[in-house]
Amino acid sequence: MTLTHTAPTERPAAGRQQSRRRRAAAGRREQRAGLTMAAPALILLLLFLVVPVLLAFGLSFTNARLISPNPPRFVGLDNFVRAFTADPTFLRSTLNTFVFAAVIVPVQAGLGLALAVLVNQKIRGVTAFRVIFFVPVVTSIVVVSILWKFMYQDDGLINSFINTVTFGAWQGTAWLNNPSTALGAIIVLSIWQAVGFHMLIWLSGLQTIPEELYEAARMDGASPWQQFTNVTWPGLRSTMVFVLVTITIAALGLFVQVDVMTQGGPVNSTTTLVYHAVRKGYREQETGYGATISLIFFVIVLVIALIQRRLTRDED
Amino acid sequence: MNRGSLAKILSVSALGALALTACGQAGQGGTTSDDGRVQLTMWTHSAGNPAELEVYEQIVKDFNASQDEYEVVEESFPQGAYNDAIVAAAAADDLPCLLDMDGPIVPNWAWAGYIQPLDLPTEITDSLLPTAVGSYQDEIYSAGYWDAALGVIARRSVLEDNNIRIPTVDEPWTIDEFDDALGTLKEAGYDTPLDIGAEDAGEWWSYAYSPMLQSAGGDLIDRDTMLSAEGALNGPEAVEFFTWFQDAFAKGWTSNGGTIGNEEFNNDEVALSYTGMWNALDAVKAAGDDVLFLPPPDFGDGPKIGGASWQWGISSTCESPEGARAYLEFSFQDEYITAFSDKQVVIPATEAATAASEHFGPEGKLKPFVELSQEFAVPRPETPAYPVISSTFEKAAKDIMNGADVQSTLDGAVQEIDTNIASNDGYGF
Repeated sequence: MTLTHTAPTERPAAGRQQSRRRRAAAGRREQRAGLTMAAPALILLLLFLVVPVLLAFGLSFTNARLISPNPPRFVGLDNFVRAFTADPTFLRSTLNTFVFAAVIVPVQAGLGLALAVLVNQKIRGVTAFRVIFFVPVVTSIVVVSILWKFMYQDDGLINSFINTVTFGAWQGTAWLNNPSTALGAIIVLSIWQAVGFHMLIWLSGLQTIPEELYEAARMDGASPWQQFTNVTWPGLRSTMVFVLVTITIAALGLFVQVDVMTQGGPVNSTTTLVYHAVRKGYREQETGYGATISLIFFVIVLVIALIQRRLTRDED
Repeated sequence: MNRGSLAKILSVSALGALALTACGQAGQGGTTSDDGRVQLTMWTHSAGNPAELEVYEQIVKDFNASQDEYEVVEESFPQGAYNDAIVAAAAADDLPCLLDMDGPIVPNWAWAGYIQPLDLPTEITDSLLPTAVGSYQDEIYSAGYWDAALGVIARRSVLEDNNIRIPTVDEPWTIDEFDDALGTLKEAGYDTPLDIGAEDAGEWWSYAYSPMLQSAGGDLIDRDTMLSAEGALNGPEAVEFFTWFQDAFAKGWTSNGGTIGNEEFNNDEVALSYTGMWNALDAVKAAGDDVLFLPPPDFGDGPKIGGASWQWGISSTCESPEGARAYLEFSFQDEYITAFSDKQVVIPATEAATAASEHFGPEGKLKPFVELSQEFAVPRPETPAYPVISSTFEKAAKDIMNGADVQSTLDGAVQEIDTNIASNDGYGF
């Protein structure tokens, strides 16, 4: 009895120790494997993300230049003071960036959702529409910008279209040359280019909603609109958060369209923070000041991302 | 993940990153060729220009065959990526021995220590067009085989039909005459009578329109001190010129639509084209003997056109500058300069080469451009601040074209330029 009594107590103890050791060894192995697998990504992130961010932080307090025989000098907050008090283009860039994002985020997300609902029908030929809406996304934005630049000209496609459909009653303008229409023109083109991508994301969200829910709703006598607000929309919550965050970040980083089509003009009406940072920091060789603008941009994006996260988490 | 493993991952990543950067330092090979000759690397911007490249290849071949001490190894880049390649190479301390550069950037690169004083025999540099030689602080840093010139291309028949006086170098159009001519031509049915190439972007704006500003009595910067643009770029003369510039677009005399190049003139959609001589041969092809090459209008201080094209210099890190100098001396032969001119349609930098040139010689169809270049060429300000001045000028001019208030836009541009000069401690002036 004693044997049978003691043995079970001793053996499990030894077994626990052994299995703990085994588990520890396995854990170490796992850790090593994880490290090896994470290393390539981490090295690249460190080299091309963390190091540049730290450098930009350091450089923004100096007068470093791209080309100069003189070593950079610490200038304290001079660059920040210059940005907010002596650089009207910077302030205008900030405003334009916000206007662009404020229009793009709701319109592009809404339009993407509408398109997704449309191409989610079970009718013939719907794949063709999906492809058509997605084609601009896989086209290079540089190519798209060049083409639209021609279309926006005084005698371009858009104006001759307007002229035709209004029977000559309404004359278009040279959209990109007019300070009051240039940013709007870039907004329209940007939505056209990117909406297909978000349509696809919405579509994948739509297809995760089980058909039974719609069936049940129909049995309860819900109209299509009631089905949308009570079944579809709640089912798309996590998709909505993703779409919102990605559109916001992409919209704040507006650069290529401006660089190709307007170079920030006419009269600063399309200059953006990223474009201004490139112009100052690289083309005009003021690396330090360019870094300052980038840092301010970084902080703005960070703050907006945090606010969005906060808002979307609270509702969970 | 616990703290220890995070630290481990970070340190491994940091080591990897270090290893990668270390790799970047490798690859600076030896500088001797197989047969023991010292190799001189040479970079050109002419990868997209086979006519120009052909002449360089000929010179390099002839030079390499002519002696057994040095061997020039040529490498060409597309023009769009060239300046970036140089800046990157300088940052990596990997500049070639010989490099070519656009005239106005020479002071910037000299100030930055990229290039060293040229030290070619004075008989060579003195024989060249003054605008084909680049200097900074009274020291010569670069020399080129050619220069370019701008002018107004027109059709004789169009001017005569509209009773417009044909201007000459001695008696160019005054600005009032020019305005009248544009008004007449617009009434004669030309939608936009003048093409000034405003659809283009980049250095073209400073190259083409800052001479107009200088002709009106303004400038990009006060050339006496090189420290401020105050008064030069925003004085009453500058305001007067830019008001004209704005009006020319507002009145429909010219536009920033259309295609880059001279197609509109060749199709007779515009009557006058303010453009470079690189478009002149096509104009001759389109209009035959009817074509005229005229001086630009006189805004008050006489007509002006931009000077300085691509030129050659020696990098300051070149290990055998004597070899680089030997190559450059060898290359400034009239026969090569003529070859550049014939193949590329540029104005030869020496008189002898001009006389032998197909397009610019005594029988040449483009001869008027030689006179325009000799009489009216003004170099862009020889200061390291030029890249910033040029970019600011372009932006201000475009804003004014699009209707911005002239005085406040120019004041803003002056402030931007002066801030930059001050933050660079005056660029050595």
